[in-house]
Amino acid sequence: MAASDKGGFPRGRTAIVGAATHGMGEAHGYDAMDIAVHASVKALKQAGLTPADCDGLWIGLPQDYISGLSFAQQLGLDPKITGNNRTGGSAFLTHVAEAALALDAGVIDTALIAYGSVQRTASGKLQSSARPDAFEGPYKPVLPVAAYALAAARHMHQYGTTPEQLAEVAVAARGWAKLNPDAFMRDDLTVADVLAARRVADPLGVRDCCLVTDGAAAIVMTRADRAKDLCATPAHVLGTGAATFHMNISAMPDLTVSAASSSGPRALEQAGVKLSEIDVVELYDAFTINTILFLEDLGFCPKGEGGRFVEGGRIAPGGALPVNTNGGGLSCVHPGMYGLFVLVEAAQQIMGGLGARQVEGAKIALAHGNGGFLSSQVTTILGHPDTV
Amino acid sequence: MTANAAPTAPGIRPEADWLAHLAEGRFMLPRARASGQVFWHPRVAEPRTGDTDLEWVEASGRGVVYSTSVMRMRPPKPSYNVALIDLEEGPRMMSRVDGIPPEEVRIGMKVEARIIEEDGAPLLVFHPVGGA
Repeated sequence: MAASDKGGFPRGRTAIVGAATHGMGEAHGYDAMDIAVHASVKALKQAGLTPADCDGLWIGLPQDYISGLSFAQQLGLDPKITGNNRTGGSAFLTHVAEAALALDAGVIDTALIAYGSVQRTASGKLQSSARPDAFEGPYKPVLPVAAYALAAARHMHQYGTTPEQLAEVAVAARGWAKLNPDAFMRDDLTVADVLAARRVADPLGVRDCCLVTDGAAAIVMTRADRAKDLCATPAHVLGTGAATFHMNISAMPDLTVSAASSSGPRALEQAGVKLSEIDVVELYDAFTINTILFLEDLGFCPKGEGGRFVEGGRIAPGGALPVNTNGGGLSCVHPGMYGLFVLVEAAQQIMGGLGARQVEGAKIALAHGNGGFLSSQVTTILGHPDTV
Repeated sequence: MTANAAPTAPGIRPEADWLAHLAEGRFMLPRARASGQVFWHPRVAEPRTGDTDLEWVEASGRGVVYSTSVMRMRPPKPSYNVALIDLEEGPRMMSRVDGIPPEEVRIGMKVEARIIEEDGAPLLVFHPVGGA
């Protein structure tokens, strides 16, 4: 362990050298595994690699509990480490942390992290792997939205957050989606449209909720010394932090404070990065309240100020803080578990060349994943080679 | 009986005991004998300490709405309330406030427990204090 390492994490010593998506929106005629393979091959190709180069594999497919094995077979892999950790949509950010440790220890040389889902064309419903709850099931909470609605209602009660401020989050995401040819919803969207949309679970309407789409993503990681030969601008993993305060929303100690308040500061500490140095922020926006809670909990604004913070297009294109530059789960893609997509977008922003939505000169990106019902929170800080 | 035999004693059976109490018209909460901590949801060991010496105690039935939402159904299916209730004993539980329209349930509202029958099983719900 180098003297500069904080919390035992090998700061900057591993990097993402490939990051790709596939089958965004609707992938008719393909299953989850198919599009995950496509994304993986694409990400590997960016680094001049093939599946045979991967000796570490992390994956979590929605309906295949031993997808580590089936996916390895699909690619013809013989992994030394197969990770299938499931912390909901945040799982892939924990995979990055595990892969970084395994790479730095020299156990593996090349890690592939992949995900795919065809929940839109397969069923049209958000698929949940959470088991039925004997004590809460009888009240028929429509999950996951009910949990997030309860958090939003409490935030509004405690801090005066308004439906209009929640709507600003959706409008900002749409603004970014319009700059992303891969985004699923690119029509105009106003605050009034969001407020007039069908109600789902008060205070949330359908435009406060993430999309239900197909989509796959993959990233490839290796050690920094090798990364510079494989990729013009690798996205180095500077720090990670994970925290879980609860599973069921009823067990969340304070519905206005997520475990991002713990994962974020630890990730930043490991990375040796101040919030003011972050150029681009990718948050798991399953619902509009998420963005507000995470901006607060990560420290971008004081607790309770998130609603006012997002007003006036501050997180939209042209605003002071670029947030969810692909259009997010709200407007770009949300195939059940969105966590890997925040990582792909954060890595690609560092790598550069994203066209209209590229944040010019982006050197440090914060990616944040959410799993369960505001339950698992995982923060990853990525940096340009200049920051290592 | 060996140390590994089930059921173990002392202890509680989380779901079975909870439902049996409801069927008798009783709202009971799990409590750790040593710490005196009442917790929700029922489980075989006290959270964090792992203490399995647990007992059921009668709840006061009084609580305050911590948060509330309305599950909006497509008509003609009726929309309904889902709420989080902070119990007088300390723990928070998910339930429903009946007796008023679902959108009229307010955070901070004082509520009291009732056991009703729904879908052929006993169910704990809450009503506004002093309400119908």
